Amino acid sequence: MTSRLRPVVAACGAASLFLVLLAPPVKRALEASMTAQMLVQIPLLVAVGISIARALPARASETIADWNYNGISGLVLATVTSVFWMLPRTLDAAVVDPLVATAKYLSAPLLIGLPLALSWPRMGFIVRGVFLLECIATFFRLGWLYVISPERLCNLYLLEDQQRLGQGLMLIGAALFLAVAWKLLWGRFDSLSVAAREPQPAHRGLPSTAT
Amino acid sequence: MRLLRTLFVSVALILAGGFVVYAATDRLQAFTTEAARRIAVRQHPVDIPPVTLETQSGARIDVTGLHGKWLLVDFIYTRCPTYCVALGSEFAQLQDRLGGPLAKGAVELVSISFDPAHDTPPELAAYLQRARSRGAGWLAARPIGRDGLDQLETSFGITVIADGMGGYTHNAAIHVVDPQGRLIEIIDSGQSDLAARTVLEKLRP
Repeated sequence: MTSRLRPVVAACGAASLFLVLLAPPVKRALEASMTAQMLVQIPLLVAVGISIARALPARASETIADWNYNGISGLVLATVTSVFWMLPRTLDAAVVDPLVATAKYLSAPLLIGLPLALSWPRMGFIVRGVFLLECIATFFRLGWLYVISPERLCNLYLLEDQQRLGQGLMLIGAALFLAVAWKLLWGRFDSLSVAAREPQPAHRGLPSTAT
Repeated sequence: MRLLRTLFVSVALILAGGFVVYAATDRLQAFTTEAARRIAVRQHPVDIPPVTLETQSGARIDVTGLHGKWLLVDFIYTRCPTYCVALGSEFAQLQDRLGGPLAKGAVELVSISFDPAHDTPPELAAYLQRARSRGAGWLAARPIGRDGLDQLETSFGITVIADGMGGYTHNAAIHVVDPQGRLIEIIDSGQSDLAARTVLEKLRP
């Protein structure tokens, strides 16, 4: 694939994934369980945002980068937005209240996926490390809470569903931990340390990088 | 320059995000829908809609006909094997604790079924018997018509979901309705003592 074509493909991918998630039967199915909403629907919405980042013209990425030193601003935005969607009552409300549903469908791609994808290439070794460890900790904290809570945290979902989600979150946390540990022990650090020394501007989409 | 701009944007995002989370959790008090429901009715009492109910004796009454009394309301379905038995026995305890006011007609216990298709008057009467009701001041009733049930669920904030085993799961609680017919307080099930104390305090002249 030439890099001239890549933004177009990314844009089409983002749009079609978003439309599929928007389709009422898909939406209903994914929101029927807490596990599916948190582990499938929201991550896919985040993926839409990541694709949008790939489709962004280089000039836009450059402008954003001026406000996004080491990817910090994007990381803060994605984190704050994720915290909001981790509140049990917003999960309930996103299913029942059309306004909150709209907020979820817009904010998960645009305020989590997009800033994260724009920030990741600019994040240095330490920022990435802190981010990944905090992710692992959050997966375990939330997962543990959901597994041991004797009460339903969402009115719309069953206790078994909540416990299954908790197990899922802890599994993801464990997998992420193993991946990071693997990288630390056996991985190549060049890519990361280069990124740490000089954040590379986003070349994607520039005709000059075409081979 | 980039650094300063980033610092500026990040601080602004943290402040804005903090404010949104603060506002969306009722000042960090309610992280769940249940907690939010309790805070909401305490701040803004909810008028209970005039829905027609059919009681365990087959009599039809309007909810507005119960005005003038304090009501303790719970939501049930009579096929419920576990949870509602607990709530039922709580109401039986309340019958003991509130014997005086119940006899005077100052308080009424009301169990409303959210499964009206199944919970006919005989089923409701059997439920009361199983829960060891002594009869005085405890109504079990079903709303008439789908619309009535919807109105009650919306105003009380009841969410009923299928439990995948033919039964239901719902946010069970004891709802305190004042003599003007307004829902003013929601008390966790398991806290019937608190419910009794709340009503007795309100009745004290």
